[in-house]
Amino acid sequence: MDSSVEPARQLVRLLGRSYVAFVFSPVVPIVGWLEGIDAMLARSPDFFVGKPVVLDLSAVDLSQPAIIHLVKSIEQRNIRVLGFEGVDAAHLNLSMPPLLTAGRHCAPQVTVAEKRETKPQATSLLLDSPVRSGQSVIFIEGDVTVLGSVGSGAEIVAGGSIHVYGTLRGRAMAGVNGNSSARIYCQRIEAELLAIDGYYQTAEELDANLRSKPVQARLDGKIMRITPLN
Amino acid sequence: MAKVLVVTSGKGGVGKTTSTAAIGAALAQAGQEVVVVDFDVGLRNLDLVMGAERRVVFDLINVVQGIAKLPQALIRDKRLDNLWLLPASQTKDKDALTEEGVGRIIEELRGNCDWVLCDSPAGIERGAMLAMRFADEAIIVTNPEVSSVRDSDRMIGMLDSKTVKAEKGERVEKHVLITRYDSARAARGEMITIEDILGILATPLLGVIPESQDVLRASNVGSPVTLNDPASAPARAYLDATKRLLGETIPMQVPGERKGLMNLLLGRRAA
Repeated sequence: MDSSVEPARQLVRLLGRSYVAFVFSPVVPIVGWLEGIDAMLARSPDFFVGKPVVLDLSAVDLSQPAIIHLVKSIEQRNIRVLGFEGVDAAHLNLSMPPLLTAGRHCAPQVTVAEKRETKPQATSLLLDSPVRSGQSVIFIEGDVTVLGSVGSGAEIVAGGSIHVYGTLRGRAMAGVNGNSSARIYCQRIEAELLAIDGYYQTAEELDANLRSKPVQARLDGKIMRITPLN
Repeated sequence: MAKVLVVTSGKGGVGKTTSTAAIGAALAQAGQEVVVVDFDVGLRNLDLVMGAERRVVFDLINVVQGIAKLPQALIRDKRLDNLWLLPASQTKDKDALTEEGVGRIIEELRGNCDWVLCDSPAGIERGAMLAMRFADEAIIVTNPEVSSVRDSDRMIGMLDSKTVKAEKGERVEKHVLITRYDSARAARGEMITIEDILGILATPLLGVIPESQDVLRASNVGSPVTLNDPASAPARAYLDATKRLLGETIPMQVPGERKGLMNLLLGRRAA
């Protein structure tokens, strides 16, 4: 037989997926209910962007033209209608959103953005006991504050600044995410190593006059400047 | 219900075994039912210091493995009826210890005495971790010397994270015991000061034990220093430390210092 390859038939894969949607339950008078929607939109104009809603018509008795008009009113407000609930299938035609069944009640996750701009939240980590030798504190998201001393052989790694209300004996590495304006503050400097945004200085290089004093360390270009506090 | 107390340090040779024996004996003399447990598998010393090395039949590992029952392994002290020793194995190594086995033994001991003193080996490996795992209280033995202080700091960190109590969110009560304190060298400024040690460790001070030949003499005859020569300086310091452990307030006597400076140390608290 000649080698003719039969085209392999594509197996159709049926996957399941569930979506959570908001449900509107219009009440009479519809005009008043629509005004309520308008008030909601005035507070959060983009609330329904990307979130089509389901219309539960069980509280009202609308004819097909009335349903079509309601859908149009809603879509005029930039709200997409995903489907209907609580209505007789006879009232719907194929050009309208479908009738949905087996909807399960669940609490929707409402994340209303009050402001348009998304400012990164300032976060900081507070430790109210000393950091012991060998312990490693890593907090990339922001500042680290220690109410106590940092032991020799311990390390603090922070995306922001490091504040030690005690003696800093271990390593402090600030601004690890490229934040060169991060600083290191401590009440007594006996640190083994200080680093800001990758530029580091060991205890050897620390000015003898500053040892065991309260200092702050900051980055000036590529040079670490360590200056006394008060 | 007993208190489980671990005597640990991190650094080796600072006086854990000496202190476990001395304090264990002092507690027994004060009327408490005490069991001292040696966790240094393979390098056991507690049996020597307690003078029981010729009476060891079964040990901690045998009980963990189920070869022997706990009463078969416990050795009663010849001098004090309420003081018992659970020796370690000399032939096995630390891998023979299991958390489940140790937990079982500690539970059984808890129900039968007032104090379980766990003599930890040096280091931070399995033996040391298991010695502290089930502890309610801890004594961190420290020499007035920089590497000992740093290692003690490490152990304090481990007590706050690797014990069952810490994992439950409770606190292991910790005390620092300064040993081998040489007052002459301290006066010359050659030793790290007690204030500096407590500043670094930020943990309450239980006592200061002076460096002394009496400790060596006691271990050579197989007796805890508090039993061998109760009038000696280290014995008196250990007896004071034991009283503080039992809740009494005793003014801290720093070996060799004038009474005037006592007040400085009386108010010593964790930073």
